[in-house]
Amino acid sequence: MKKFLLSSIIIIIGIIFVGRLSYLQIFKFSPSQVIEDTAVKAIYDYPERGYIYDRNGKLLVANQPAYDVMVIPREVKPLDTLEFCTLLGLDKDQFIKKLKKARIYSPRLPSVVVPQLSKKDYARLQEKMRKYEGFYIQKRSLRDYATISAANVLGYISEVNDRDLEKNPYYIAGELTGRTGVEKQYEETLRGKKGVQYIQKDRFNRDLGPFKEGKHDTLPVQGKDIHITIDKILQEYGEKLMNGKRGGIVAIEPSSGEILAMISGPSYDPSLLVGRERSKNYSKLYYDSIAKPTWDRSVLAQPSPGSPFKTLNALIALQEGVMTTKTKVRCYNGFYVGSIKRGCHCGGGMRDMNSGIYKSCNAYFAHTFRKIYDKYPTTDEGMDVWEKHMKSFGLGGYLGSDLYTGSPGRIPGKAYYDRIYGDNRWSSSFIISNSIGQGEVAATPIQLANMTAAIANKGYFYTPHIIKEIAGTSIESKFTQRKYTTIDKEHFEPIIEGMANVYKYGTAKWIQVKGIDIAGKTGTVENFTKIDGVRTQLTDHSVFIAFAPVENPKIAIAVYIENGYFGGRYAGHIASLLIEKYLKGEITRKDLEQRMLEKTLEHEYAKPHSGEPFKINEYVW
Amino acid sequence: MFGKSVLKRIDWFTILLYVLLAGIGWINIYSSTYSENTSSIFDFSQLYGKQLFFIGVSFVAIVVILALETSFFERFSSVLYVIGLISLLGLFVFGKTVAGATSWYNLGFFNLQPSEFVKIVTALALAKYLSDIQTDINRRKDQLYAFLIVLIPTILIVPQPDPGSALVFLALLFVLFREGVPLFYLVIAFLMVLIFVTTLMFGTIWVGIALGLIIILFFLLKKTSFKVPILPVASFFVIAIVFSLSVNFVFNSVFEQRHRDRFGLWLRLEKDPKKLEEIRKTIGYNTHQSEKAIESGGFFGKGFLEGTRTKGGFVPEQHSDYIFTTVGEEWGFVGTVTIIILFTLLLLRLVHIAERQKSAFNRMYGYGVISILLIHYFINIGMVIGILPTIGIPLPFFSYGGSSMLGFSILLFIFLKLDTNRLNEWH
Repeated sequence: MKKFLLSSIIIIIGIIFVGRLSYLQIFKFSPSQVIEDTAVKAIYDYPERGYIYDRNGKLLVANQPAYDVMVIPREVKPLDTLEFCTLLGLDKDQFIKKLKKARIYSPRLPSVVVPQLSKKDYARLQEKMRKYEGFYIQKRSLRDYATISAANVLGYISEVNDRDLEKNPYYIAGELTGRTGVEKQYEETLRGKKGVQYIQKDRFNRDLGPFKEGKHDTLPVQGKDIHITIDKILQEYGEKLMNGKRGGIVAIEPSSGEILAMISGPSYDPSLLVGRERSKNYSKLYYDSIAKPTWDRSVLAQPSPGSPFKTLNALIALQEGVMTTKTKVRCYNGFYVGSIKRGCHCGGGMRDMNSGIYKSCNAYFAHTFRKIYDKYPTTDEGMDVWEKHMKSFGLGGYLGSDLYTGSPGRIPGKAYYDRIYGDNRWSSSFIISNSIGQGEVAATPIQLANMTAAIANKGYFYTPHIIKEIAGTSIESKFTQRKYTTIDKEHFEPIIEGMANVYKYGTAKWIQVKGIDIAGKTGTVENFTKIDGVRTQLTDHSVFIAFAPVENPKIAIAVYIENGYFGGRYAGHIASLLIEKYLKGEITRKDLEQRMLEKTLEHEYAKPHSGEPFKINEYVW
Repeated sequence: MFGKSVLKRIDWFTILLYVLLAGIGWINIYSSTYSENTSSIFDFSQLYGKQLFFIGVSFVAIVVILALETSFFERFSSVLYVIGLISLLGLFVFGKTVAGATSWYNLGFFNLQPSEFVKIVTALALAKYLSDIQTDINRRKDQLYAFLIVLIPTILIVPQPDPGSALVFLALLFVLFREGVPLFYLVIAFLMVLIFVTTLMFGTIWVGIALGLIIILFFLLKKTSFKVPILPVASFFVIAIVFSLSVNFVFNSVFEQRHRDRFGLWLRLEKDPKKLEEIRKTIGYNTHQSEKAIESGGFFGKGFLEGTRTKGGFVPEQHSDYIFTTVGEEWGFVGTVTIIILFTLLLLRLVHIAERQKSAFNRMYGYGVISILLIHYFINIGMVIGILPTIGIPLPFFSYGGSSMLGFSILLFIFLKLDTNRLNEWH
């Protein structure tokens, strides 16, 4: 037995060893260890981010160098602290604290002492830098804006957060990524692809040279420049006009679906979110929960569209054959829903389709709306038909554009009302407000602009988009395909005529532009807020849609101004100025321009927050 | 030079295993100490060059051993033993201190570590004493003498300090058990280790309860028709408890902090996982890095000279005591298991050879060789893969080190030489 004791021990030891080794090398081993290997360090080479140009090749966004002052604590020699601090713009205590922190982080690895010095500060520092051993300058690239406008269109870049890191393995902590707007949507195009160099490290984290002779290294791929469809001049002009006003403006080229301008008020200077003051500025913008400068009203705000919606109801009535252009409706300075009278501002009298549109007669369109529903035996069927026509204009759903953000708006269907009133317990009179664009319908400014483009094109539109050209490649085909509405072409003529008459005789006759035929439609939208839990009406929103020239439309525009009162007032004026600016390049009506630039609505916006009783829809002008 | 019979009778299988281990070992030393600036493998300023030189020296030594008379080793073992002890004593006067241990003689071109050779002569002396016709292994006095033969060099080595080597000498006692010393001693020793470890982990009270339960169960299951020997059992129990109580004293007052840390880490005495991880990365740095390096090799390893942790020098003493991590990282599970198999085969083969000896001296020396190699192999790899506390002793034939390479070669080939003569001896 003793003979075998030793042999058994030897074999048992062997088995224990193999067991432990299989645990370590098979069970615990994971292939990703190779990348996370402490002995190999990846050094990245970042390509320059692509530039952004406007539709005419004018520069919007470029890059600027910034300079971080770095330190390797172990290599620091005694220095003239006072002089160095003066150069850096730090006081001595701060400087000593930063050095201490860097030393705690690692005596051998670089830390940032002062981030993002401007070119000017760098120039002063540069010639003296050699005196300070252990310190050096690291260059990095920041965005440089050639405009103070379009902040929400362009978006901004910032360091990746934990969620980004989880979602996309490309990024590593500390890298920059597009956060909103075009920067986000075209992140991969603009960003390019970083190059990587693997370095073998020893246990002190010193370089030992390339890992596997650079077998796994890659070269950076340059970021591509992009051209966006925005017209820089129009965009900047529009933002100036929005001075002191809240709202959204979208202008689209009907023949292509290209977004010419996308303005949200209030906005901010995009360069606020670059450089040393970035986080301070960001907090200021982000926490302004009343004016919400970072909330892009042009695509996110979804108020009721108001009277511009009447044009669509007219089109549907024609398409369904329930009315002709000659059909007459009497307006009694309002109309009756059951025994309740709803008002109208058109002045009363007989209305046909043309005058119904240009005078914006509520009674006429309430009648129209009922006719559409009455064609079908049940309201459910009528609702389905109406909803189908409306949605063919890009309303009540996401447009599918290449914008980073958006809202769907709302075209209520029967399911929506069933939920509110119960199955079969509502009829067209319940939803009559939809006839004049009030009530449950909602649309974003970009949806209104797109709808206007569809009218201008007489029955089709292109999905609105912001990308014009990515160096050397064509844009996605979904942006070059026509999307047809469910309304036949011939029905658009009378509607467009009515819209043209809005300028000639109707609700916008004071804001004609000489030499340009404009078709438009005003809108005045009642709106409510809650003040201390009480539903309170505020001054109406001012809405306007227009396209011009009528014969060969080059621009379709929707303007939505919060609490701007009736449609012809702020929205109509701003729309006419923008159309003139875009088509003529200059403004003939200087006094009007001046008024729009100076007038602000801050007094209106202050009302609900003042804590005092206030009047709405005042005629002060 | 030597008779044809030696080459004919020598155990070529063992030689094959020896050559494989030394060869693979050198390849891994090369990888661990290689830097891209040097080209020649004969560059003696580099450690792998030096190791190659010692492999050469070992070859010369092997030739000399095989050429010597077989009876030389038995006849001169006492003399050699005394010379060995003197060389250990000399260290107190002439010793050179490397890394805190005074274990070397400075011979100019290299440092000689006498303990590596004293192992051989102690094994020889022990075999000689036990095989003597006048020695009766069952006599307590003779057991004591045999024990002293092992104990004296151990005592001389402990203060160097070199606890690892000291442990190796104690392994020689295994020879005694093969030769008839009752296994009782071994059981007692094993129990002591067990009580030591369990006391550290669970405390004296639990050890006492468990021990009591085991004893009661033991007698219950035996269905005692005979009288329970109450006195011996009770005294055994009391001694065990007293020993258990002394463990805490020894651990807290006799051990140094680094020993406590090593044991603490080994037995996972720290229960807070965060603190444990912290200890692993500071005090357990060596073991942590060696485990990580082995782990990162995976199944097939990263390839020769591709070990990033090896290149980065993350594992301390990687070319000597931690050489097995290079195998683990660069050759993976395939490599490590191959080495385990090679060692297992070598040890089993040596057991086989020892058992076929007619001469008691040859057999006992053989067992001495096996004990020494086994304890090195067990402790070294056990430490590197993290199942034993850190005790620095080399992996035979594998680790970098002139003295150990030469020492292990001589140790092994004396036995192979003795084996060639097995047919001529009729004791």
